[in-house]
Amino acid sequence: MTKPGSTVATEYEESPKPWLSEPADPSAPAPRVPRRRGIELALIVVAVLLSVYGYCDVGLARTGTVPPGAAGYGAGLGVLALLAHLAVRRRAPCADPLLLPIGVLLNGLGLVLIYRLDLETPGHRAAPTQLVWSTVGMALFIAVVVLLRDHRVLQRYAYVSVAAALVLLTLPIFFPSVNGARIWIRIAGFSIQPGEFAKVLLAVFFAAYLAANRGALAYTGRRIWRFSRLQLPTGRVLGPIVAIWLISVGVLVLERDLGTSLLFFGLFVVMLYVATGRTGWIAVGLLLAGLGAFAVGTLEPHVHSRVEDWLHPFATIEAGQGPNQLSQSLFAFAAGGFLGTGLGLGHSILIGFAAKSDFILATAGEELGLAGLSAIVILYALLVERGYRAGLSLRDPFGRLLAVGLASIVALQVFVIAGGVSGLIPLTGMAMPFLAQGGSSVVTNWIIVALLIRISDSARRGYEGEGRPTP
Amino acid sequence: MKRTAMKRTAANSRAVRRTVKQRTARPMTRCIRHAAVFCALLLLALLVNITRVQVVQAERYADNPANRRQVIARYGQPRGAILVGDRPVTGSTDTGGRLRYERTYRDGPLYAPITGFASQVYGTTFLEHTEDGILSGTDSLLSPLPLWNDVTRAQNPGGKVVTTIDARAQQAAYDGLDGRKGAVAAVEPSTGRILALVSTPSYDPTSLSGNGRSVERSWRRLNADPDKPMLNRAVRQTYPPGSTFKVVTAAAALDAGVVTDLDERTHSPDPYRLPGTSTRLTNEGEGCADVSMREAFTWSCNTVFAKLGVDVGVTDLAATASGFGFNDPGLRIPFSVAPSTFDTAVDKAQLALSSIGQYNTRATPLQMAMVAAAVANGGQVPSPYLVERTTTARGTTVATSSVRRQHRAMHPATAVRMRELMRDVVERGTGRNGAIPGAVVGGKTGTAQHGIGNAGVPYAWFVSWAQGERDVQPSVAVAVVVEDASADRTDISGGGVAAPIARGVMEAVLGE
Repeated sequence: MTKPGSTVATEYEESPKPWLSEPADPSAPAPRVPRRRGIELALIVVAVLLSVYGYCDVGLARTGTVPPGAAGYGAGLGVLALLAHLAVRRRAPCADPLLLPIGVLLNGLGLVLIYRLDLETPGHRAAPTQLVWSTVGMALFIAVVVLLRDHRVLQRYAYVSVAAALVLLTLPIFFPSVNGARIWIRIAGFSIQPGEFAKVLLAVFFAAYLAANRGALAYTGRRIWRFSRLQLPTGRVLGPIVAIWLISVGVLVLERDLGTSLLFFGLFVVMLYVATGRTGWIAVGLLLAGLGAFAVGTLEPHVHSRVEDWLHPFATIEAGQGPNQLSQSLFAFAAGGFLGTGLGLGHSILIGFAAKSDFILATAGEELGLAGLSAIVILYALLVERGYRAGLSLRDPFGRLLAVGLASIVALQVFVIAGGVSGLIPLTGMAMPFLAQGGSSVVTNWIIVALLIRISDSARRGYEGEGRPTP
Repeated sequence: MKRTAMKRTAANSRAVRRTVKQRTARPMTRCIRHAAVFCALLLLALLVNITRVQVVQAERYADNPANRRQVIARYGQPRGAILVGDRPVTGSTDTGGRLRYERTYRDGPLYAPITGFASQVYGTTFLEHTEDGILSGTDSLLSPLPLWNDVTRAQNPGGKVVTTIDARAQQAAYDGLDGRKGAVAAVEPSTGRILALVSTPSYDPTSLSGNGRSVERSWRRLNADPDKPMLNRAVRQTYPPGSTFKVVTAAAALDAGVVTDLDERTHSPDPYRLPGTSTRLTNEGEGCADVSMREAFTWSCNTVFAKLGVDVGVTDLAATASGFGFNDPGLRIPFSVAPSTFDTAVDKAQLALSSIGQYNTRATPLQMAMVAAAVANGGQVPSPYLVERTTTARGTTVATSSVRRQHRAMHPATAVRMRELMRDVVERGTGRNGAIPGAVVGGKTGTAQHGIGNAGVPYAWFVSWAQGERDVQPSVAVAVVVEDASADRTDISGGGVAAPIARGVMEAVLGE
């Protein structure tokens, strides 16, 4: 076993296969990298304008007037986005120009949707708080972009990260459970969901650990049968990482936050596969997933009922108990059709509890229709794709794994929660990245985008020979 | 030194072999691409599923009864008005709640048998039910262009339903019943337009609008009420028609040629022994033995008509009865009317009783109004209807009542003689209370026995038609039934209790 942060792993880099890596000759004069900050600024302006338009549209549809806060809302979002842009322009000038605008647009849309749902619950306004959290999130984004000069610094903090992640995951056990899940802690009136931050920390740890040990993981172990490409890793190498995985998942099952546990599991399998290239990992992963899903689905009543709801979403209606949340969510999606009812004109509030958080996508589906929803999914897909692209362009394994991990977090999270509320998979509570109400979630997602900005900057700078790891 | 070198070489060659063997390990770039494809597949699956929910299944989900959206949309705008004459008898109030607009009714109890109720909890009945598409604005006929609303998602404002009801006739009928249990139906004989449709005791449909606690209380109270205020007695309740059915029996006898001369003496014993039994049928009055059909009709001799029915035979009598509209389960005005019945599987004794409107003969008040209307209309039974036309909210006509087919119930010559008989009843017989000075009125009284052993308080009937002095044809036909006219049995008679009510309705129509 090697320590994370050492460069032993680099001996397994694919340097003998130059066609797989970036331009081979580092001594050649570096072509000037197009920085595309102007494009980023233009896209940010579009994103802010779209959000303000949505905000006005809600007011126009409901009362026939532009809501009084429109100018302030637009100005606030605009200033924050502009500051973020300036930070990127100054400290990560080569970063991918799509990442920040996508974040701004999704966050702006989320604020519009929450503001819209606030109209249905006059006594319970969530948009102002969400705006505060968005500000915090973008401030942290700026902080990360400014203070983190090189993503490889994070590699040194692998074990600090995992320790912090475990502490964060364990904390909520000591706080009272909210709506059946122990995933919140309350500090000074603020609810914080530490599991959200743990995602990023775990991704950092996985990336560092796997980058350091990928050789050992990939090239030892035994095949299951002859001539098969299926190869299982040895227990000695696998041990520590499975232990950490078990702890995190165990804590989550205890806290009943199954969405996050599913996310960690998926993240773990994807990163292992990318690090080692072993199909055996996929086999192990699927086997573990199958066993875990079966065990939890049959033994845990909370999860069992979720699976039943998924298989028979209208069972409660047939039993005469009225529609449950999932069927209300499906009704909301169905009511949207191709073009949607228009912002402010749907009835997704019928979902009731968690309409602004876990089920926010149903509001988008009903009021923006299939067209708007597809646009949102494509925005997420673009975000993921830019993350992967940064990973592909980098040379250092830690950076590549971190980029893949962060992008996969977004993809998996979108899949788990959007699939849950639209009846594709059993419903597990989780926040839709950027859209859903929830401070910890929006802050975490801004940190993810900040890290991807930093990584993509290194990746594109790589052309200039700056971010290249020394052999 | 040399040995270590050799060892090293061996180790190296092992390492080389191992590398060759490990070719199966994929380079990271490829794995990243695989993972990216995996993420793309996840998001693609999402898109496919969203399309399934939002497009393929959308209609099924929208129609799910637990999905409140259709209900919310339905109450999201004021419901269209139901008009009597040019005055709306319905309205809407804005509650500001989720089911926003609630139905209100002007003169609710008076028009309840026509409008029915539109409740957010208990659904709709009668015109509120059958014309719901127009009233709620969902009827595609209200759209300015076909499929226009599917694209714009706009909702048409609720249209209007104009009824055939004559407000004064309706009011006269309601006042005439004066809270007693009973019903009145009046139609225009030449067209079938329903001029009045009253059922008492009634209720205020406003008390069932909305979805508050009080609605539930009203619903429970109305359903528990032994007087059944929500029962529409004019169209949904059948009664034994008693002597008023003699109109049908007489028409059948004349059509079949059993009686050719109204004034010829019949061979009718009094009392009449029902064929095949020892039961003796009697009359309330004296002097019914062997009297002519005219006298028997004028004084309502049971014995004569029981025997006439037997002489006509079940086939011909049933044919005439169904010509008048009996045994027709499909009548809609546009809401359905309880079928009036004339039993055809009877022996002669039962036929004798059926012929005088007893045994299994049952009729709705509307059916008996149709019987009177057929006589007034030269033997043709008009199809009754309640909706004159429907319009959009701005008044553009959407649909008008089409010309309706009329069924021939009897020969025109028979109809002429039946009018003569019915006029006699009013001029000098049992129905003198129905007479209107300066108008030609024909009628027939009835006192129907019912209950086990005929123990119930008899129903008082009166069916009639009236023709104004200057009119070329009768302009109104009425049927009145009063269930418990009085506790005093001797007072119960069609002529005494029901005829004045019918006269009030006829006067109201003629007076215009």
